Amino acid sequence: MLQGVPSSLYLALSGALFTIGAIGVITRRNAIIVFMCIELMLNGVNLSFIAAGSALNSIDGMMFVFFIMTVAAAEAAIGLAIFVLLFRVKGTVNVDEINLLKG
Amino acid sequence: MSAAGFIAHLFQWVVFVAAGAVCLLGAVMTITRRNPIHSALWLIATFFSLAVIYVTLKAQFIAVAQVVVYAGAIMMLIIFVIMLIHLESEFVRKRKLSGTKAIGAFITVILFLEVAAALLSFGGRPAHPASGTPLTGSVAEVGGYLYGKYLFPFEIASILLLVGIVGAVALARREKE
Repeated sequence: MLQGVPSSLYLALSGALFTIGAIGVITRRNAIIVFMCIELMLNGVNLSFIAAGSALNSIDGMMFVFFIMTVAAAEAAIGLAIFVLLFRVKGTVNVDEINLLKG
Repeated sequence: MSAAGFIAHLFQWVVFVAAGAVCLLGAVMTITRRNPIHSALWLIATFFSLAVIYVTLKAQFIAVAQVVVYAGAIMMLIIFVIMLIHLESEFVRKRKLSGTKAIGAFITVILFLEVAAALLSFGGRPAHPASGTPLTGSVAEVGGYLYGKYLFPFEIASILLLVGIVGAVALARREKE
């Protein structure tokens, strides 16, 4: 008989999303695309919170996702401001060429 | 099992497979497209399919917030910045996959295999099965918790957002000559 979708499938999807995001962070050199990959990883984590919360009949998962979204929004504002500033100073957002902290 | 229950489960499977496929396709396209705008548009598609999955998991409020905050606000910000910044360099330069990057990607895939192995041993059924009244994830329910049990973190989050706004404006402000 057909059962509902097991929560392990949702968790597998979240793991796959996280992995794809991490591969993007490692292989891409454009800072904005790296930033988008970080958002992808955050969303993978969010999905695992929601899936676990749904399986355990707990609302805490949803609360965590809400606060992760808040942090992601603040991070987006600050991170993108830094990219604009960096582009003004260096003329590029390629992470290989950003080495100002090397001294 | 009743016919209605069968149809409900079938519907859940169909929605999960379709939304999951769009989600993974969008994620892979996001990290492989060379044009950042295309990456951003594929990422929006991923966020929308995730919102669909959240609805099937009975998290309606989070699904709406996903569309408004991620697909709306954050992606709009990213697209604005992509348009502010010249990104010609990556078009011109030939992108090559160096050895270190390949090794890094390989190690990340091993991380995924570890997670998958943990899931297989977990078996898909929670150790403590769901008890009590089933949650609906409606705005009223989430709001009750947000202004009750989670009031203090909620206020901290608002301060965090204020700091984010002030920081972004202070950083992006052009110095007067």
